[in-house]
Amino acid sequence: MVPAIDISAVSRRFGQLQALDNVSFRVEPGEFFALLGPNGAGKTTLISAMAGLTRPDSGTIRIMGHDVVSDYKAARQSLGVVPQELVFDPFLTVRETLRFQSGYFGLTRNDAWLDELLFKLGLADKADVNMRALSGGMKRRVMVAQALVHRPPVIVLDEPTAGVDVELRQSLWSFVQELNHAGHTIVLTTHYLEEAEALCNRIAMLKKGRLVALETKDKLLARSNERDVALKLSSELPASLEALRLRQEDGRHILRLPELGALEGVLATLRQASVEVRELSMIEVDLEDVFVNMMQGGAN
Amino acid sequence: MQGFLTLFRKELVRFWKVSFQTVAAPVLTALLYQLIFAHVLSKHVEAYPGVSYSAFLIPGLAMMSMAQNAFANSSSSLIQSKITGNIVFLLLPPLTALEFFFAYLLAAVVRGLAVGAGVLLVTSWFGLGLPTHPLWVLIFALLGSAVLGTLGVIAGIWAEKFDQLAAFQNFLIMPLTFLSGVFYSIHSLPGFWRAASHVNPVFYMIDGFRYGFFGQADISPWLSLGVVGTSFILLSALALWLLHRGYKLRH
Ligand SMILES: Nc1ncnc2c1ncn2[C@@H]1O[C@H](COP(=O)(O)OP(=O)(O)OP(=O)(O)O)[C@@H](O)[C@H]1O
Ligand SMILES: [Mg+2]
Repeated sequence: MVPAIDISAVSRRFGQLQALDNVSFRVEPGEFFALLGPNGAGKTTLISAMAGLTRPDSGTIRIMGHDVVSDYKAARQSLGVVPQELVFDPFLTVRETLRFQSGYFGLTRNDAWLDELLFKLGLADKADVNMRALSGGMKRRVMVAQALVHRPPVIVLDEPTAGVDVELRQSLWSFVQELNHAGHTIVLTTHYLEEAEALCNRIAMLKKGRLVALETKDKLLARSNERDVALKLSSELPASLEALRLRQEDGRHILRLPELGALEGVLATLRQASVEVRELSMIEVDLEDVFVNMMQGGAN
Repeated sequence: MQGFLTLFRKELVRFWKVSFQTVAAPVLTALLYQLIFAHVLSKHVEAYPGVSYSAFLIPGLAMMSMAQNAFANSSSSLIQSKITGNIVFLLLPPLTALEFFFAYLLAAVVRGLAVGAGVLLVTSWFGLGLPTHPLWVLIFALLGSAVLGTLGVIAGIWAEKFDQLAAFQNFLIMPLTFLSGVFYSIHSLPGFWRAASHVNPVFYMIDGFRYGFFGQADISPWLSLGVVGTSFILLSALALWLLHRGYKLRH
């Protein structure tokens, strides 16, 4: 099967800054994929390269098998991008905006689909309102609609929920999930990790232009099969357990276990050394921890 | 093709929605020039045998207005899209450089023609008769607007800020359009200025346009056609090359 997105050894410099450093990965058709990374990691630059807004210094990108440089027409026809920056044409109404956008993609009689988009995105009553008169969140919805006028098989959303209220976030995500179920490949970047955790099957993490992780969400979470436990003890930690200790805080020892099963052994060791356990608690792992860990260079 | 038609229509809508500024205002400006210069100079100058100064002035003003407005249309539309960032909506779709260029170009030409027609209309009672050679009138109206519309595309791509575009407009377009024989026959100029006018393509637009009205001008309309046509071909080749490369549009 042709990958929905095929990124191969892409690098891009801006002066001294290596914004993308030999990034390669694939997104398969039908995936719901998250691209994560701190500010300045290169997410937007990578998306721009997919859309042909930026030319990589080296490497190639294919969208549904179409090279974004040499076969740009087919590549762009297959791709819908919601840019990160909030932009709009102040001369136009919402419907004009969508009609013109359809025309740029070569579509004329597209009104039925535009009406559906307007309805799904809660814009039906704003169709004839000038773009200038919309709130920021409404403008963001129009940008989502603009990215979808040509029903692209691959949809990329660059932080679509930045500055958007909870209600819209939820309705937007259920709409995007619907598109995903209908077969569209979705790529999103977000700073809300719980969104990525709730929605995505697979996650790529960028840091300083480099791909530092690429895994299914489950694997990424399971990477922390490793469990951290906090123990409060009646006396010192036996020397044989020193190797597991991460740190000490508030009179508790924080141990990192390779897996939960290892707890048994730890408790046995403590019993043998006649050390009493006063308190024991597990430290929950979530994507946030994995993420922070990686960005600090902890893992990998 | 559909992409081109849509962008062309969008560019028409853009200037037509504010046609009071984009068409009516330049027509009024031209009318004021006509009133003042015709009043001051009509008794002193007869530009060509049998052609009053008032009549002589009209085609020049019309062409100058067409040129300035064709330039303003493409350049201001592009710079606004770049600065507000909504140009991204034209860069994401599969529009070719050719579609992109001709959409901006034709919209600029339409605005130029609308302004030119308006100027001819409001100044018609100053004694300009019907054109002797309507075809020359049409050719120079189209090509003149096209040359400046293309320059506008180039300036709009190149400029990153409004003041850079204003500099382009004030230090290149204004001198070119004013020092082009709008207000006088260049035969009346001293040697240096006459020579300078001959390297100004706007001079040839105006001279050819006038030939269409009066059947006489400073130089042959064929020479004017050659210069204006060549300018158009060279400038559009440059504009297309810039668009194809993505110069200042795709980083
Ligand atoms: N046109 C440009 N010129 C110079 N530097 C740029 C340009 N575009 C991006 N950069 C730099 O490249 C780096 C990556 O930027 P990018 O916008 O891709 O980050 P990001 O991961 O999208 O960040 P954020 O989460 O803040 O959106 C940043 O350091 C940025 O300053
Ligand atoms: Mg970004």
